[in-house]
Formats: sequence, C-alpha cells, structure tokens
Amino acid sequence: MSLAALFVQLLNGLAGASTLFLIAAGLSLIFGVTRIVNFAHGSLFMLGSYIAYSLITRIGGTGLGYWAAVLLAAVCVATIGALIEILLLRRIYRAPELFQLLATFALTLIVQDVVLQLWGSENLVGPRAPGLKSAIFVFGRALPTYDLALILIGPLVLGLLWLLLTRTRWGVLIRAATQDRDMVAALGVNQAVLFTSVFALGAGLAGLGGALNLPREPANLGEDITAIGDAFVVVVVGGMGSIPGAFLAALLIAEIKALCIALGQVSFLGFAISFPQFTLVAEFVVMAIVLVLRPWGLLGKPQGSVRSIGQIEAPIVPAGRMLQMIGAAVLAALLVLPLVAGGESYSTVLAIDILVGVLFAVSLHFIMGPGGMHSFGHAAYFGLGAYGAALLFKDAGMPMELALVAAPIVGCLGALIFGWFCVRLSGVYLAMLTLAFAQIVWSIVFQWDELTGGSNGIIGVWPSPWLATKAAYFYLTLTLCVAGILLVRRILFAPFGYAMRAVRDSALRADAIGIGAVRVQWTGFVIAGAICGIAGGLFAFSKGSISPETISISRSVDGLVMVLLGGIGTLVGPIVGSVTFLILQDSVARQTEYWRALLGLVIIFLVLVFPQGIAGTIQSWSKRAWKPA
Amino acid sequence: MTPLLQVRDLTRSFGGVRAVDNVSFELARGELLALIGPNGAGKSTCFNMINGQLRPDSGEVRLDGENIVGRKPRDVWRLGVGRTFQIAATFHSMTVIENVQMALISHAKRTFHAWTAAAAHFRDEARDLLAQVGMDAHADRPSSILAYGDVKRVELAVALANKPKLLLMDEPTAGMAPRERNDLMALTKRLVTINDIGVLFTEHSMDVVFAFADRMIVLARGKLIAQGSGEAVRDDPKVREVYFGSGRTVARRVSA
Repeated sequence: MSLAALFVQLLNGLAGASTLFLIAAGLSLIFGVTRIVNFAHGSLFMLGSYIAYSLITRIGGTGLGYWAAVLLAAVCVATIGALIEILLLRRIYRAPELFQLLATFALTLIVQDVVLQLWGSENLVGPRAPGLKSAIFVFGRALPTYDLALILIGPLVLGLLWLLLTRTRWGVLIRAATQDRDMVAALGVNQAVLFTSVFALGAGLAGLGGALNLPREPANLGEDITAIGDAFVVVVVGGMGSIPGAFLAALLIAEIKALCIALGQVSFLGFAISFPQFTLVAEFVVMAIVLVLRPWGLLGKPQGSVRSIGQIEAPIVPAGRMLQMIGAAVLAALLVLPLVAGGESYSTVLAIDILVGVLFAVSLHFIMGPGGMHSFGHAAYFGLGAYGAALLFKDAGMPMELALVAAPIVGCLGALIFGWFCVRLSGVYLAMLTLAFAQIVWSIVFQWDELTGGSNGIIGVWPSPWLATKAAYFYLTLTLCVAGILLVRRILFAPFGYAMRAVRDSALRADAIGIGAVRVQWTGFVIAGAICGIAGGLFAFSKGSISPETISISRSVDGLVMVLLGGIGTLVGPIVGSVTFLILQDSVARQTEYWRALLGLVIIFLVLVFPQGIAGTIQSWSKRAWKPA
Repeated sequence: MTPLLQVRDLTRSFGGVRAVDNVSFELARGELLALIGPNGAGKSTCFNMINGQLRPDSGEVRLDGENIVGRKPRDVWRLGVGRTFQIAATFHSMTVIENVQMALISHAKRTFHAWTAAAAHFRDEARDLLAQVGMDAHADRPSSILAYGDVKRVELAVALANKPKLLLMDEPTAGMAPRERNDLMALTKRLVTINDIGVLFTEHSMDVVFAFADRMIVLARGKLIAQGSGEAVRDDPKVREVYFGSGRTVARRVSA
C-alpha cells in the first residue's frame, strides 16, 4: 500500500468523523441534561437524510438552495425532536431510566415505518452540492471536494457548540444541568423549557449529520441502527456529556476504520489478516479498550449522582395464592397445548419460541433487576449457547443431547470472560461494554466463514429422533424453561440473591459488611450467561439452523424490551413481558405490513399506562386494592 | 496488654493539603472515644483510613497489635471492625430483619450459598440483635419506610452482627432530634459495655460528646492538638482557639 493511498484514506476518515461527531454530540448533550439514553437518535439522523433528500431534489439546484435545504432539514428534525420531547418524554422523566430507553426504542420502530411509507424502501442517492461536485487530486488520487467541505464542517460545528456552551446563558444552564440537574431546578430554572430546547438542539444536530451525509451514502432504512451504534460508541469513548470528547472519539474511530481499509490484506507471521473486515468490529474493540483503561471515557468525568433514583423496590416475597394458582393454570394449559392444538400446529411452534424467549428474558432480568447491571448485549450469551451447541453437534459430532448440555457451559465461559471486565463498570458504561462484547462476538461469527458459515450460518442442526416431533421438542423446552425459572427463583431467595440486591442497593454498605461487589456481580453475570446459553441451545435445535442474527443488537434490544415491559421489580415481570412482547410481535406482524409502527405504538402505550412494567403495575394496583389506607 | 486500636503517625495528603498529619492515638476495649474537630479537620479521612477505604501515605493502624493498613474494607470488617455511616441507609429493597440477616450471612461466609432460602438463615440471631436495639417490633417492615432514627438503630444492629471488637461510627447522631440522640448514644454505650467493644466516633454535637465519650481527641487542620477527658479538653487553650478563635483575630479586625 502506498503512502498516498493511506493519506487519502485518512482524509476520507476525517470527513467521516465530521458526521459521526454531529450525531454523537447531539446524543451526548441530550444524555448529559435529561439523562435519557436516546435510542431514537439514529432515527433522527435517518430522518435528516430523507428530509434533506426531498428538499434538495426540489430546491437544491443552486448552491444557496442546496445549503438552505440542508439547514432546513436540520430545523425540521429539531422540530420533530421538540415534539417528541413534549408529547412523549416529558411524561416519563419520573419513570426509571430504562423505561425512557424503551420509549425511545419504540420511536425507532415507528420512524422506520413512517419513512418506509413516505419514501419507500429504495435507497435514495442524493446529489452532490453544487460547486462541490468535482474531485481534487491528492498524490494522484481523487478526493471529492465535498469531503473536504465536511472535514471543515466538523470543527466548525464544534467551535459553534463550544461558543454556545461557554458564552451564552443557555449554555451555562446546559452545563450546570449536566452536572446537577436537581440543583438547577432548585435554583428556579424552568426545566421543561431547558429539556425541550436541549432535545431539539440534539435532534437538530443529528438531522444535520444525516443531511450532510446524504452525498456520501444514500438514504436507506438501515441507517438508523448503524448510526445509533456508532453514536453510542463515540459518546462512550469520548465520555458521556463531553462535546470535545465526542469530537476526539469521532476522529479516533473514523481514522482507525479508515486505516483498516487502507491496510487491506496484510500477512503477518504467516497469517493473512484482512483488515477491511476488521472495520465491522474496530469501533467496539476501541470502546472496550477505552472503557477498561478509562472507565469514564477519554474526556469524561464520573457521572454526578442522580438523586431521584425512581422507584424503591419492595422486599421480595414468595408468590401469593392467587399468583400460584395462575401459574399452575398456565402450566396445565401448556401441558395439554400440543394435544389440543395439534403436535405440529403453529401454536406449538409459537409456544416453543415463546418459552425460549421467556428463558432468555428471565436470565437477562436476573442481572438487570436484582443484579442492577443493565446489559445491552445479552444476545452474546444466547448466540454463544446456540453456536456452541450447533458447532459441537455438527463439527465435533457430539450427540444432540450432549451438545445441548454444553450450551450453558459455552454461555457461562463467555460470561466469565466478558463479565470480568463488565462488573468493574456501572450504569450506562457497563451497558455499553456489554454491547461492545456482543458486537465483537457477532462480528467474529459473521466473518469466520470456515467455522461458523459466516452470514449463511449453520444449517442441519436438528434434534435427535426422539425429539423430532414439534410436540416432543415442546415438552423438552417447557421442562428446561420451567426448571430454569425455578432455579433462578431459588437463587434469588437464597443468600446469593440477597447479596446481589445488597450490592445493587449500596455497594459501599455491602462492602462494609464483608460483601465484595465485584465477586458477587461477576458470579451473577456468569449464572445469567449459563441460563441464557440454555435458551440459545434450545433455540438452535428448534429452528434447525442458525445465523449471525442470533447475536444481533436487535435480539439484545428485544430482551431489554421484554424485561422492561414486564417490569423489573419482580420475577414474574420478565415472564409476563416476554410473553406479551412475543405474542404482540407475532400477531401484529401477521396483521399488517406496518407491524413495526404498530408494535412501537403499543409499547409507548404500555410505557405510559404501566410505568413500572405490566407485572409491577398490577402488583401495586392489587396492593392498593387489598390494603385499606 | 496491647490496646485494641493503636494508630501511629497516620498521614494522608490530597494534592498539597495534609488532610491528616502524623496522628497517633490509642483506644481500649470498652472505651468510647470521640474524635472531634471543626469541619475539614480530617476526621472523615482519619476514619476512612482506619476502616480501609483510604490508604494512608504513611503510618500504621494496629488492631490487637496487627497492622491492618492496606487491607480492603471488607477484610478489615472480617477482623472485627464494624462501621456505621454518616448518612444512614439500609439495603432499601429488604425488610429490617433481612438487613441484619444479610450481615449475619456474610459473617458466616454464606454469601455464595444459592440453595436454601435466605429467610431461614440466622433469623433468631437477627431478631436478638434487633431486640438489643429495640427494633424487633419492626422486623418485617420494609426498611425503606422507616423513620430516620430507626434506620440508625437498624444500622447499629447490622454493625453489631459480626460481633465486632471495634465499632467505627461516623457522626452517629447527625440529623436526629436531641431526644433521639441521647437515646441512641445511651443504647450504644450500654451495648459496648456489655460486649466489651471499643468505639471510635466522630460527632459535631458537643452535648453528645461530653455526655457519652470516655475520652476525646481533637483534630484541627489534620493535626491532633489535644486529647484526654472532657474537662481537660474543654480547658485546653489550643482547643479553645480552634473552636472559639483566639480573640486576637477579632481584635485585629476591629482595629484595622
């Protein structure tokens, strides 16, 4: 590779860094002030792209018109952001942090379908800006002049933001709220206005990023997920709430990606390393390293404490008579399901999927609820269990039963390694590190064609003859699922479950009575990994084939949605949540083409009506009903 | 006989500030020793070093003759050092008795037991401890709804769970009404006498200190400036100076 090619790639990286910075800066601002992890930020970016496309194709013929269209697109997205804040988020600031995440996730589903409806599923290639259509030649290689413009825009926006934050009263308020928003409120600042305006600014920046990105990448429906993934990484690497940190991190990540592409295929000590493939995982590796070395990100500071910690959990109690009876009735109904609905019926197949989902959600709840560790990458252990079982079955020739037993061990081993790093962090940073590990597992599986079959996955993963009928497999799944739930319940009521909650309630106090947070959380992490591995193994043999989709971000997010939907305070929560979610997904998906939007609306509705999750809300209702004041 | 706690030449700086500067003192079993001094004197720093939360730059902390500097707080706890916090709190997702049971479970090294229900572990012992602090009637209430004074009592029961030799209490009566203060300290005094525990406590309320401390040590700007009985400390000119000012500064300001 020539030095010239490297140089051009690095310039290209700088251009990429600018858009990356714009999205990340908005996300960082919003998080800093409102403490909302805005999952819909990628969707705002995508909206920016599409709106810019429409505007530019109408008024973008001249230079003036073009840039006016770009700015107008940003303003449109800022307005949409303000509306989202006023209509939705404002109602749930008091809800637990993760509930807000759930609501913003629902927004991504809605935006997806709105965009699909308005602009269609085709990729839309935007025209280049008038006057910047040509390319200049650097060492004999073409570099679009538009990229040069982008390279300048990034620092320009950084400068403007810096002026805004340091030179205006509004900026002072934003910085103050980032440090201690309760104090800002106590000093008589109108929080509603501050939050709305910050959300609008953040959304506008994302929209601007989307609009500016249009000539480099066509507007497409997959942009939102890629953008949010990238933005999260940049914000976390730079340090939550730090704008210069976001800029630095954007530069770092964009340049490392560019470098990977420039390096190409390199052979090293006899191994051929394909660096371009590494781009898929590079940012997550960078994030993992940064989080391990500097837990608050490059320029971040430890998060200020948030005083309103939301709901205080009630002590756990064994299920009452009512709940026991409902549980027994459900179990009885499940036992006769294959007989009533038919062994090979759709209901039986759906029931297997739901049971697997329940086990997945229960294992996630184990570390999220009692453990207090919010995992955004739980699919990793699901995928490890699934791929572990499938590979041991196909490649190592293990009998199916043994491979299924190995699934939790593989999940457990993964959790042992990843958990060691994760439990040293907390809050959003821990969540992001779990996400990073999941992405690393995903990209290894995706790219290791020889072993995992790459994007095609592994086929022919069928259960032994005695389990070949759907009915038999259903009973196996039911048995393992119920056993898993009972095991988790047992652990939660045992000293170890109490120790996990002690550490979550107050690590300092737990330490003062001899309970070390790291060991307890690590152990919890490993248990969750093992149980999730069982779910993964069951999943692989129920489908007969698996693909990298098993480990995707969307599966991790599904898990989060299930747990939060049900409510985090009780063990019944994840069960109710996963069943609700999966049945909704199934029935809604069959009803309409726009099932995502509908699902999103349903989730928002549930969030607004059941602010403690379905099971949690019913629990407090029944308490109110039974106990006279 | 070696004293229960020996602190020798304990020093710790933050940046250029010597928060604790060559502090030495001793504490015997059954003794209530008050650590007093104005804000910023280094009381909390001193405390956190004894309990293992902070590592001193130099100096020794000996418990029954054994140097415990460099050990983690939970290992110090295992050696028999209990502590209560300035801002009292409990594990808020547990009932009162579960809080105490948690400490007993940890003391018996059963934290990682994952089979039998926690409720079955040490319930009687926990009830005994709650009875000692007068909280047995509240055993099954959620600890998150207790009144602040009651939280302090529960914290005391938790701190007593591992049968400590030494109890560190960081402002045990902060935030309490005068009546409650006296009750809590009288209770503490009774319990340490019965169990022969040494207590080191920091305190801002001089009423509490003079009523209950057997002895006191006074810190100012990181240095130990006086120690001894209530009367000796009260009459010490240095102590008067840090608490009331010397009078000179006032005079100078007036004349200027």
